[in-house]
Amino acid sequence: MTFAHSARAAFLASAAGLIATTGFAGTALAQAAAAAPAVADKGDTAWMLTSTLLVLLMIVPGLALFYGGLVRAKNMLSMLTQVLAVACLSMLMWVVVGYSLVFTEGSPLIGGFSKAFLAGVAKDTVNSGGTIPEYVFFAFQMTFASITPALALGAFAERTRFAATLLFSLLWGVFVYYPIAHMVWQSDGYLMKLGALDFAGGTVVHINAGIAGLVGALIVGKRIGFGKDLMAPHSLTLTFTGGALLWIGWFGFNAGSALAANDVAALALVNTLLATAAAALSWMVVEWLDKGKASLLGTVSGVIAGLVAITPAAGLVGPLGGIVLGLVGGAVSFFFCTTVKNIFGYDDTADVFGVHGVAGIVGSIGTGVFVSTSLGGVGVENYDMATQVWNQVVAVVVAVVWCGVISAIIFKGIDLTIGLRPATDAEREGLDITDHGERAYNM
Amino acid sequence: MKIVMAIIKPFKLDEVRDALTSLGVHGLTVTEVRGYGRQKGHTEIYRGAEYAVSFLPKVKIEVAVASDQVEQVIGAIVGAARTGQIGDGKIFVTSLEHAVRIRTGEVDADAL
Repeated sequence: MTFAHSARAAFLASAAGLIATTGFAGTALAQAAAAAPAVADKGDTAWMLTSTLLVLLMIVPGLALFYGGLVRAKNMLSMLTQVLAVACLSMLMWVVVGYSLVFTEGSPLIGGFSKAFLAGVAKDTVNSGGTIPEYVFFAFQMTFASITPALALGAFAERTRFAATLLFSLLWGVFVYYPIAHMVWQSDGYLMKLGALDFAGGTVVHINAGIAGLVGALIVGKRIGFGKDLMAPHSLTLTFTGGALLWIGWFGFNAGSALAANDVAALALVNTLLATAAAALSWMVVEWLDKGKASLLGTVSGVIAGLVAITPAAGLVGPLGGIVLGLVGGAVSFFFCTTVKNIFGYDDTADVFGVHGVAGIVGSIGTGVFVSTSLGGVGVENYDMATQVWNQVVAVVVAVVWCGVISAIIFKGIDLTIGLRPATDAEREGLDITDHGERAYNM
Repeated sequence: MKIVMAIIKPFKLDEVRDALTSLGVHGLTVTEVRGYGRQKGHTEIYRGAEYAVSFLPKVKIEVAVASDQVEQVIGAIVGAARTGQIGDGKIFVTSLEHAVRIRTGEVDADAL
């Protein structure tokens, strides 16, 4: 008893220390935990505090560096600033209406305003499962709402005005992310009630971001000189660094989506390792056979495709099922980023659609197959593969259509008001100088 | 006086410098350049985007020498820079009308 008590206290103290150094209210948490029985499980809370920070690590610096390395040197700071500012804006939006519109009861399409500006959320309120403080649940979900519009930015990078990207993220959060997240993750949401499975955000985050990116790339238009000028990534070293940070942070994203420190989180962690390794090798080998060389960019792209493909399935399928999802996700994403993209000729700068959209669809539909207990999955009540796969397809179609149509309206609207594209000269000079007045590399 | 200008493979620069120093050449100017000749470029592939890179990195050296040294200098550069593979580079020789050493004001042969 004494040992258990002191061990837990020490664990909590170290968790609180971690939070304090990153600027969260560490002391307040320690006091609350010491006094309050409202928090049912300190272990769950500690893991969810950690997971929240891991998802933040995915955005800054992970995603920013991953995309930053893929653009030309003259647009490096533009990429970094867009990701950073869009993530920050999305966090404040989450306080204003986001959390409330997603995670309160309302209609099957959207929640209500009862928790706008964090109304009713306090130090002693807990999440619906009663295991973690509501502040932690709020913050964890906030990082998801922040990374999703930032993911889309990569598709129309190097040619979209900074102000336009901010306005995009604001409108897109309200009219696309909040409804889809509500439909999938809130108990009265349309897709939740339908029985569609999305463990950590295959539809909500990745299909959503992939489709928004594709629509943006089409409406913003191609970069000047696309298909003619050399547009090689300016630093695959940074892309590798960002990709590696994404993989690490993704354990918060996937294993954190268990919302507890338990066996489900453990399964999600194993899948997030194995499916990713499988997809990296899958992309690498397919590219090796097709193009004659195994590339770093291909292998690290496979890592991301694998992470995306396992996201909806992470806590639901067995490790072998996860490996199959990774193998398929890597190969199919490669096909879309090379063959399909070249046939249609759209300019998706960082292949947001080819990686996130496509692997997200593979993972979302594959979840319906590999959740089956006969294939090593955890199973769902009254499971029938055909029905489950159909529900997954419905969820994918709803996400694609909702996101596609509303994103198109948002991009068109921005184009007709403040404008999407910089002047031709400004785009040629690079957005670092023309949007931000600074240069990434002064050598 | 002549200017001997040679375009060589970058990794041959040190050997060429050593060969010229042993001939008594006191200085040379080096520039990193890109260009193409008979040597084909290569293809770079970034996911679906394939780029033919036809300008290859080379080093250009320029040496000012007395007219009677030109053949020796050319021989030294050829001897040091040749690999026998396509892309070894070229040597161009032009006349040099006048030279001044800035520090001392010495001119022409004394300035080299």
